[in-house]
Amino acid sequence: MLLALFDTGFWTNGPVRVALAVGGSAALVCAVVGMATVMRRQSFAGHALADVSSAGGSAAYLLGVNPLLGFLGMAAAAAGVMEWADIREARERDLLTGVVLGAGLGLAALLLYFDATVRSVSGAAVTVLFGSMFTIPATIVPLALAVAALALAASAVIYRPLIVSSLSVDLARTQGIRVRAVALTHALALALAVSLSAMTVGAILSTALLIGPAAAALRVAKRPATALALAALIGLAASWGGIVLAYESFYWTPGHGWPVSFFIVALIFGAYLLAGWAAGRARRPTAHPSGCEGH
Amino acid sequence: MNGAAPALAVEGLCVALGGRQVLRNVSFELEAGEFCALIGSNGSGKTTLLRAILGFIPIDSGRIGLDGDAPGAAGRIGYVPQKIALDPSLPLRARDVVALGLDGARLGPPLPSKRRTAQVEQMLQAVGAAGFADQRVGLLSGGQQQRVLVAHALVRRPRLLLLDEPLANLDVRSTAEIVALLRRLSREYGAAVLLSAHDMNPLLPAMDRIVYLANGSAVAGRADEVVRTEVLSSLYGYHVDVVRVHGRVVVVAAEARDEIRDAVARDPVHTAPVP
Repeated sequence: MLLALFDTGFWTNGPVRVALAVGGSAALVCAVVGMATVMRRQSFAGHALADVSSAGGSAAYLLGVNPLLGFLGMAAAAAGVMEWADIREARERDLLTGVVLGAGLGLAALLLYFDATVRSVSGAAVTVLFGSMFTIPATIVPLALAVAALALAASAVIYRPLIVSSLSVDLARTQGIRVRAVALTHALALALAVSLSAMTVGAILSTALLIGPAAAALRVAKRPATALALAALIGLAASWGGIVLAYESFYWTPGHGWPVSFFIVALIFGAYLLAGWAAGRARRPTAHPSGCEGH
Repeated sequence: MNGAAPALAVEGLCVALGGRQVLRNVSFELEAGEFCALIGSNGSGKTTLLRAILGFIPIDSGRIGLDGDAPGAAGRIGYVPQKIALDPSLPLRARDVVALGLDGARLGPPLPSKRRTAQVEQMLQAVGAAGFADQRVGLLSGGQQQRVLVAHALVRRPRLLLLDEPLANLDVRSTAEIVALLRRLSREYGAAVLLSAHDMNPLLPAMDRIVYLANGSAVAGRADEVVRTEVLSSLYGYHVDVVRVHGRVVVVAAEARDEIRDAVARDPVHTAPVP
């Protein structure tokens, strides 16, 4: 029984409403940007950006500024470095991404140490790395919505050129698509999505929201629009479902609820498994005839 | 087509990449509706020639004219690159890939359009892909994917269609089908088709014209003018024999020179001399 939904306190609770707004917009943006990221085979880059953004988040606590701005600044800077290097070779790209990721996390370790020692913000590490949705300050909501709108707009503008570029850079160039401009726009949208996600489920878990719903949708959807809609649905359901369950968990262990991030990530993982099961069922009847044909 | 500008005119083209002269003084012309094979062994400059025509790489000297204009004009060339990894997880049906050939460069998501749907459907039928139009493109066979990519390249009705080794990795039956399809499309759509391959045999019955590349130089003309012992020997710079055996044409190097032996090892067009 989900008592939370019938609890008037749930709907009037300020932190819950902030969580629903920020978590919902993060899920929506991540589904859309994540789909493009998976199609471009940039999941690792997405994960690295998220981790690196933790340095920005911890710096924000140190300086006492809006943590979303911190995540945003660091993610955008890292995305800029990675796109500026413009490496085509997948292996080299992974190496650079790994190096940037290491440097960013190292910086985060230092800043989180200062957070705890200089500023005495004791919970900063957990909040930055694993998220703490019910403690998001309400002042963040307008900025979060603006970031979400910008990321969605950027993704919508490059929708078709980005799909062609992920199919083949040469096909894109043949059609006169400016491949680098598309890549740069996507990198910006990725930085925006990842910062929103870091705000929601924490920098470390941020990829779960970015890659999970997209990956689950890709297992079953055949066309881009369906995949996008499905990913958005899974992301929203997991994000809001996680908030409800976390609120609910106050009844399970009186006095302290479980972390929202856990529930969100668990729901996404469940959706991924479910999608795999559904895809397996859908494929079984047609698997035999095509399985025998040579390529 | 007398009097009309050729669909493609290449004149005295020279291209150097990384300090190496890849193409030397290459010249040929293609009329609209012509089916032309670009033949040469690996490393002979086929891909470089196609990429120069597409405007992807700078040329050192010479001229490339498309319908009389400069190269690289976006959207007026259809192109099927050599290797496209179509991942099975891509959420794209064959018909989505063709639609992206029509308006993939446009910004924003596509709006529903009857005209667009009809154009895509007509193109899918033209390449014989209607039967698998709603399947994920990454799950199709190599020959089926090749048809979809041809439809993607042709749906905007370009005057010139370039294909880089479209027959590589296809079985004998698919090869014959794709060759017949491309020849028919070149006639129906009035597009000049330039197709690179390392084996000319599957193409010989279909081709109107051949451009034969060796060491960066080219001879062009009808197959019976070009695929001759004296013409190819002069192109290679050493004696080769053009031998017709069991309905196949093989180019055989007479002397067992090292560079020839290398070419033989790399390339099925060259066959070791018969003992």
